[in-house]
Amino acid sequence: MHLEPEPWRRKSPVARHAGKRDRLFSRVASPTSEPIFFSGLQFPVGCAREGGRVLLPEVRFYAWVPQQLPEPEPHRSRGTGATGVRTGVAMIRFILIQNRAGKTRLAKWYMQFDDDEKQKLIEEVHAVVTVRDAKHTNFVEFRNFKIIYRRYAGLYFCICVDVNDNNLAYLEAIHNFVEVLNEYFHNVCELDLVFNFYKVYTVVDEMFLAGEIRETSQTKVLKQLLMLQSLE
Amino acid sequence: MVPVGRGMPFIPSVLAVVGAGAARMSRDTPWCLEAFYLIPPGTHANEGIQVGRGKSKEAEIKRINKELANIRSKFKGDRALDGYSKKKYVCKLLFIFLLGHDIDFGHMEAVNLLSSNRYTEKQIGYLFISVLVNSNSELIRLINNAIKNDLASRNPTFMGLALHCIANVGSREMAEAFAGEIPRILVAGDTMDSVKQSAALCLLRLYRTSPDLVPMGDWTSRVVHLLNDQHLGVVTAATSLITTLAQKNPEEFKTSVSLAVSRLSRIVTSASTDLQDYTYYFVPAPWLSVKLLRLLQCYPPPDPAVRGRLTECLEAILNKAQEPPKSKKVQHSNAKNAVLFEAISLVIHHDSEPNLLVRACNQLGQFLQHRETNLRYLALESMCTLASSEFSHEAVKTHIETVINAPQTERDVSVRQRAVDLLYAMCDRSNAQQIVAEMLSYLETADYSIREEIVLKVAILAEKYAVDYTWYVDTILNLIRIAGDYVSEEVWYRVIQIVINRDDVQGYAAKTVFEALQASACHENLVKVGGYILGEFGNLIAGDPRSSPLTQFHLLHSKFHLCSVPTRALLLSTYIKFVNLFPEVKGTIQDVLRSDSQLKNADVELQQRAVEYLRLSTVASTDILATVLEEMPPFPERESSILAKLKKKKGPSTVTDLEEAKRERSADVNGGPEPAPASTSAVSTPSPSADLLGLGAAPPAPAGPPPSSGGLLVDVFSDSPSAAAPLAPGSEDNFARFVCKNNGVLFENQLLQIGLKSEFRQNLGRMFIFYGNKTSTQFLNFTPTLICSDDLQANLSLQTKPVDPAVDGGAQVQQAVNIECVSDFTEAPVLNIQFRYGGTFQNVSVKLPITLNKFFQPTEMASQDFFQRWKQLSNPQQEVQSIFKAKHPMDTEVTKAKIIGFGSALLEEVDPNPANFVGAGIIHTRTAQIGCLLRLEPNLQAQMYRLTLRTSRETVSQRLCELLSEQF
Repeated sequence: MHLEPEPWRRKSPVARHAGKRDRLFSRVASPTSEPIFFSGLQFPVGCAREGGRVLLPEVRFYAWVPQQLPEPEPHRSRGTGATGVRTGVAMIRFILIQNRAGKTRLAKWYMQFDDDEKQKLIEEVHAVVTVRDAKHTNFVEFRNFKIIYRRYAGLYFCICVDVNDNNLAYLEAIHNFVEVLNEYFHNVCELDLVFNFYKVYTVVDEMFLAGEIRETSQTKVLKQLLMLQSLE
Repeated sequence: MVPVGRGMPFIPSVLAVVGAGAARMSRDTPWCLEAFYLIPPGTHANEGIQVGRGKSKEAEIKRINKELANIRSKFKGDRALDGYSKKKYVCKLLFIFLLGHDIDFGHMEAVNLLSSNRYTEKQIGYLFISVLVNSNSELIRLINNAIKNDLASRNPTFMGLALHCIANVGSREMAEAFAGEIPRILVAGDTMDSVKQSAALCLLRLYRTSPDLVPMGDWTSRVVHLLNDQHLGVVTAATSLITTLAQKNPEEFKTSVSLAVSRLSRIVTSASTDLQDYTYYFVPAPWLSVKLLRLLQCYPPPDPAVRGRLTECLEAILNKAQEPPKSKKVQHSNAKNAVLFEAISLVIHHDSEPNLLVRACNQLGQFLQHRETNLRYLALESMCTLASSEFSHEAVKTHIETVINAPQTERDVSVRQRAVDLLYAMCDRSNAQQIVAEMLSYLETADYSIREEIVLKVAILAEKYAVDYTWYVDTILNLIRIAGDYVSEEVWYRVIQIVINRDDVQGYAAKTVFEALQASACHENLVKVGGYILGEFGNLIAGDPRSSPLTQFHLLHSKFHLCSVPTRALLLSTYIKFVNLFPEVKGTIQDVLRSDSQLKNADVELQQRAVEYLRLSTVASTDILATVLEEMPPFPERESSILAKLKKKKGPSTVTDLEEAKRERSADVNGGPEPAPASTSAVSTPSPSADLLGLGAAPPAPAGPPPSSGGLLVDVFSDSPSAAAPLAPGSEDNFARFVCKNNGVLFENQLLQIGLKSEFRQNLGRMFIFYGNKTSTQFLNFTPTLICSDDLQANLSLQTKPVDPAVDGGAQVQQAVNIECVSDFTEAPVLNIQFRYGGTFQNVSVKLPITLNKFFQPTEMASQDFFQRWKQLSNPQQEVQSIFKAKHPMDTEVTKAKIIGFGSALLEEVDPNPANFVGAGIIHTRTAQIGCLLRLEPNLQAQMYRLTLRTSRETVSQRLCELLSEQF
């Protein structure tokens, strides 16, 4: 019997990592091309974990994310104009950049989570997002929040926000962010984010701060980044 | 066979990345990681890759440990490191941490970097602090010091780094140190724009974490004027800050409304090139527009002058949606629609401009058929809220055909779900039949994840808009047929409540369930509904020979053996009702009850019912039988328990908003299926075993008999004690206090004091009750009696000797009670004391604190065992969870003491979160030992607890959860 080795065993290490050099904008460059999907090659969720910390297998507590949100809206008396104050908090809860295998390339948290909870969230987000295809929306309900995500080459950019927040605004905030990265790293790819992680954090802080959008002008952000780079 | 060759690591390891990195170092590897990636000297680059491939995880860990050792030695070395090296090693540590390894040193070096004058060194220092926050108090002081220096440096780059660090960490210590300083920086005239942006959001972060430390002051009015700032980036950041502040302090920020409107109007009317940097794919400042529109949603519609301007803006935004797109790129349409959807939210929020509401609705209607899934999804979502406005409800309804098709055609389940939500929201009397029919037909193919919700929605709509209750009955029976597994108890309870309360539909209901039951395979829920309705109203169809009493009985009994215990118990009740309704089948039914499978049933509940019903049918006269089994009285009208369930399921906000508008009768949420209040404990009525209708109750008191029949009850069960006093006031509180302790005063009034001392071992216990006469007069005929309900008697055996009937003034008598826990129990015995004091007869009842947790034996176990057992108890019935408000101050030590007092072991270092409590123990009963695991999660901020119990027995989980949740 002729046993065909599984495809990923056949690839040379270079080929295996080739994806990490895919330019994020390859998809933008040819908008008609079908996105590359797993093609039957599934990584177990477990490999989302990057390193040493081995947690208990399978069973772990879900830490309790208290329901700070959504707060019930105040009663609205209709048609009178005497509407109440809207109190729901709306902010970014975290930003994640993951590759298809679930490796985290950037994690930025805007609320307090402990380490295990972060790991749990990372795995859950990966599980939720990677099963969706191009015909699905870019929004997924997630716990008490929602995730707005977009895929560029092999990378998923995910923003977790409150359910009453504006989906499309964050969807385009992701794109705006990716365009800045692309410009800054001259045709960005996954490995740029790996090796220049400290620069990526700077870019994030320029564009998002305290769970809010800080700056939206690409020109202004890039000008500032270049200025900072000149100080190095 | 082709050999697969050396095993490749299954998980691509870091070193593999490292290898690839080394190969292309020329371009990508930055200064700080070079040394780390360089393969050991003397080896070829390719060998580095080989190592990565072959050794996988262990090799990676080894490599990293080596690197860590190297860095540690550098830090510990005699020679002081220069800034560059320090930065390099701190950066490496950070990289190692981000790869998922623990880092336990380097914090000091990172803090040192903060005082460097070089940007890159400072930046790495701050990054390290932000990513690896450490509440080490000594360091916090040093960090705060460095931040303070940078804030005072007047160097915008350094100020920016410091502000970002505060915004990222946002700890309370930082708020204490800087909450005063940051507003000053924010409004100072000479602050650079980029620093202002950071300062605004930094302040926002501090306000969110510690609002008490950010007092409003004269800076607030100047912050509002930032909305007028030249620099749109500053306006963007400031709008976020103002929105959050305005939610909590609407008065202080009222002036922001007119400023926001004029800013918005300038953006909306600008040509697409005016704003240059802030134009995104031909859309002027989309994010800022969205933020401004959100800010306006903090307030009611403004006064007329501003309002006119705002309406113009909103109209302009709606007009733009109709214009041909300026670009084919999806970015253009997304940005434009982001603003449009936010504008529509504002229109809905104001809910005062019929014209705009209808226009919004038409715009969304166009999106319903858009080829972008995102837009269809969002349009469905927005329309849901539009449907609740009286102005646009009709307009929404015109799109019904499109919406009805959506669940069948959409590929994304979340879009289908939105469509169902919208159908629910747009439903009213005029289209209810159509929508309910559509939802029913969709239910047959719907995703499992949303079936239960659809079932609840159908049940609610059918009830709410039923003109003709025969339609309602048909709908619910269909629901059970199509999705019986998803029909929760609330739903079938409700149909029974409605049938009982409406006599016009009872005959029809009986006929319909009778027909439905004839199907060869029918869902158990149908048997329940059928059993109940025939038991009550079977007589209405008994005239028809096709549904004669005997036929009805045989039909029901043919399902009996396929059903679970609760359903069988219900059917037994139906049988005894038949005995009353149809004397001609009495013999047949008695035969069934008398059979071994009933009388000797292994299940206590079934056996007891069989015995009692059989006895009742033999000894009671027709009159007594007719009184005992009288038709159910109508249920009190209250909010549908289904609605309460839907709210619970969907989370408070999503439904509340809709329901608020849709509600037609208002009432408090009356909880779900809770048993009647504790009044039952005074008389020896077995308490209903937790079902709403009292179906589980023993026959004489199906749902609390009318008072007149009380005398009869006593006649039938003449062994019950003569009337005992109702429970003494405050006895419940006292009872709760004894859950976690064994000794103390249980009751005290001017005459009598009752003290307790008790000890428990495994399933046995002994309790000493001390009766103290506080007066100087003798008590006569002093008779304490322990009263247990029948249920309790079976599960808890109590033995005691009578005490001397005379208690002298000032004296104390003692009574010992031997306790054995036979099986798990929920109720508590009642101690009734009757005596004569002076000329008067005294009668006192208190609940005796013998609770299930007294039979707890703590069990110590390691984390691994705990999780293994936790996993084994993963059956949904085994877990009970409760979330409740703290009634006492949340003190860790007190909580620990209570958990130990409760009887379980307190396990340290099991829960990853040290703030949580985890316990384990075994409940000993004569018949079984029940392992119990518990977890208590406090949430200080919300002053709430979440308690989770997992035991091998549902009733035990339930009871322990009730007991323990009362303690905090």
